Amino acid sequence: MADAPPADPEAPLPPEVRRNATVLGVAVGVFGLSFGVLATTAGLTVGQTCVMSLLVFTGASQFAAVGVVATGGSLATALGSALLLAARNAAYGVAMAPTFARAPLGRRVVAAQLVIDESTAMATAQEGRRAREEAFWLTGVAVFVFWNAGTLLGAVAGDAIGHPEVWGLDAAFPAGYLALAMPHLRTRAGRVAGACGVAIALVLIPLAPAGVPIVAAALGIFPAVLFVPREPAS
Amino acid sequence: MSWAAILALGLAAYALKALGLVVLGPRAVEGTFLRLAGLLPAALLPALVVVNTFAGDRRLVLDARAVGLAVAALAVWRKAPFVVVVGGAVAATALTRAIA
Repeated sequence: MADAPPADPEAPLPPEVRRNATVLGVAVGVFGLSFGVLATTAGLTVGQTCVMSLLVFTGASQFAAVGVVATGGSLATALGSALLLAARNAAYGVAMAPTFARAPLGRRVVAAQLVIDESTAMATAQEGRRAREEAFWLTGVAVFVFWNAGTLLGAVAGDAIGHPEVWGLDAAFPAGYLALAMPHLRTRAGRVAGACGVAIALVLIPLAPAGVPIVAAALGIFPAVLFVPREPAS
Repeated sequence: MSWAAILALGLAAYALKALGLVVLGPRAVEGTFLRLAGLLPAALLPALVVVNTFAGDRRLVLDARAVGLAVAALAVWRKAPFVVVVGGAVAATALTRAIA
């Protein structure tokens, strides 16, 4: 792919991205219901549960925090596990930084709250800065709305749909990320980074606390940068 | 959980997210940084797939999610639309759990 033309920074957003963002949003919303139920069961008030989803807005961390509280763990353990899971968002923010480099400060401050798995994956799968930013906002806002609506509904109405796992909805995320990873694997450097990231994650899953395997996978970029010659338009 | 704990967690989570967009911000246009940042999703997304599929409680597991991922991989390989990739994985995983 050394001869791939450089991406047009102003290339328009493919029309299906809006629908794809909604698909991820709906799947997240069902887990939001589940989070609302779990958090209130763990002793949080409805208000605390909803404020947590609005402010923390990173699903895995929130599940981890209330999960520790529900099983009688200490507050330090709850916050520690939540932050380990949130650490990957720092890497996502770095990945999104070039897209927002020229945006005004106010827009960057708001966008930062939406830096999560779904928005970063959907954004970076697009070609060109403009399409990336649009995909980021569409996905980030869809996930934010569905996650918080789901949380409120789950916290108020309780367990109406049972576990999202029964419906296989937990499989929506790896499937979606697989599809969105593909554009990154078109270059040799991307494939090396991906293979190293997967190897790091697999080794660390049994060894390190949840969250660490994904952040550590970011180190997979270094073998790719050091050992793969630079390609134009990579 | 206390209000203080929830607010502290919210603040810390935001600080992590804001590192790239707010702190690095306009400095994120330099050559080497661009290449490193550009490769991050290539390293992170496949790892995210693996962790979301094969991670159990501090161990590797092979369960219904793997069936879903296999269906998703087939759909991606056949260049199916995103909705079909995700829907196929969800249906296959639910079906596997229903009969297993």
